[in-house]
Amino acid sequence: MDKELRNRFVDIVADFTATTGIYLPDDVEMKLRELAAEESRSEAKTMYECILRNIEEAAGLGRPLCQDTGVLQFFAGVGTGFPYMDEIGSVIKEATVKSTLETPLRPNVVEPLGEHNTGTNEGYGAPYIQYDLIPGSSDLRLRLYMAGGGCSLPGRSKVLMPLEGIEGIRRFVYETVVEWGANACPPLMIGIGLGTCAETSALLSKMALLRPIGTHSSYPKVAELEDEIRSDLDSIGIAPLGFGGSKTVLGVNIEAAGHHPATLGVGITTGCWATRRGEIIIHDDLSVDIISHRRLKSGDIRCLL
Amino acid sequence: MKKILTTPISYEQIRDLRTGDTVYLSGMLATCRDAGHKRVLEEGIMPREFEFRDGAIFHAGPIVGTDENGKKYMVSIGPTTSRRMEKLEADFIEKTGVRLIIGKGGMMKDTAEACRKYGAVHCAFPGGCAVVAALDVEEITGCEWEDLGMPEALWIMRVKEFGPLVVSVDTEGNNLFDERKQLFRQRMHCILGDEVSLPDNLDV
Repeated sequence: MDKELRNRFVDIVADFTATTGIYLPDDVEMKLRELAAEESRSEAKTMYECILRNIEEAAGLGRPLCQDTGVLQFFAGVGTGFPYMDEIGSVIKEATVKSTLETPLRPNVVEPLGEHNTGTNEGYGAPYIQYDLIPGSSDLRLRLYMAGGGCSLPGRSKVLMPLEGIEGIRRFVYETVVEWGANACPPLMIGIGLGTCAETSALLSKMALLRPIGTHSSYPKVAELEDEIRSDLDSIGIAPLGFGGSKTVLGVNIEAAGHHPATLGVGITTGCWATRRGEIIIHDDLSVDIISHRRLKSGDIRCLL
Repeated sequence: MKKILTTPISYEQIRDLRTGDTVYLSGMLATCRDAGHKRVLEEGIMPREFEFRDGAIFHAGPIVGTDENGKKYMVSIGPTTSRRMEKLEADFIEKTGVRLIIGKGGMMKDTAEACRKYGAVHCAFPGGCAVVAALDVEEITGCEWEDLGMPEALWIMRVKEFGPLVVSVDTEGNNLFDERKQLFRQRMHCILGDEVSLPDNLDV
């Protein structure tokens, strides 16, 4: 790949990373404002005021809105016609280091077991990169999730007995949220995965978390369960800071897959109120469409891309 | 009127605070989280330029920037999950005499008991509001244990009206998060149709 083009590719991914750390995606910010306006309990209202002020200060100063900019997790949907396929991994790694030093992001990555901080967010197996192929496309669909510590702590998956059924799924999710939700910076984004094994269910729960708020599973019975779980969790009323209030969640998304009749795998992944999730499409000429932060227009002083 | 605590924090300043009260902090504050607690308790090492006794610690790992004059400043500093420190916090309070612990979420019974016994409080700062917090930091006056990495190092700073801080454990050992969690658990059992009796003194 031509050196100048490669530098442009690195800059795009680095700017995309910085943007994801500074600004919430459109759907999350809109939902937070909606929840803040609906909240009636005074303690919770005060917390929402602090959250909204924080979002505005971060945007005004161009600083990461939460100090925990997470471990960077990239999900690359690679068009089979994307011309720079071989470069994607090394470009993401280079952009991670660049963005960490320049934004700056918090250097979180510690090496396995030794716990030595690498200082750059790059390390053994980090950043996390997952590739999927998109046949017939010449684009790179790049998604980024900043996996913070507090909001990652509640994550778990388990294989239930099939007879435990939907009630077993609900119980597993509610127990997790009640036990750990207050520490994970509610209102929470809940991703649930339903599959055969512990790890596929966990992975599906992450895919669910990456879906925008308000979207539904295309499998009708699963979509119904999304609404039921959302309504139940909201009526538990954990609210910002875990002090109690009207609602608990930003949204509940479920990704399900046909499973073995003898197992019912369920996984849960939680995102905080500051769920930092970005999505861009990089075309084969390296032009970019911003999907997750459409309110930031190219050329807008606040838009880095 | 804002209730403001100032360091050094005497027992009298915090004695009458009760869970749910909102306070602010002016004075000196140091970050101390997992590795910092281990260093104090397991390695027996104390910081050279920060006094824990009658002091305040913050469960937080910041992003620190360097300005054009080479001076360090707070870019973003929000609280981290306090519960991770539960295993060591009671001993930390006993050994250091710290008065104010700031973090996110709640602590559990050992910390609540230590707060009662030694006269300390735990307060929650709104999680994720890291830029708001950074703007209350007047100056980073020092940093120790940098070998632990930026998040885990002990960052010493002067703060002004740092908050809002909501008291979650008070000097009587009352524990707001624990009480609320019981309420949430009761509601969950109701939703799931479990047979449980609802205590009538729990209401939000």
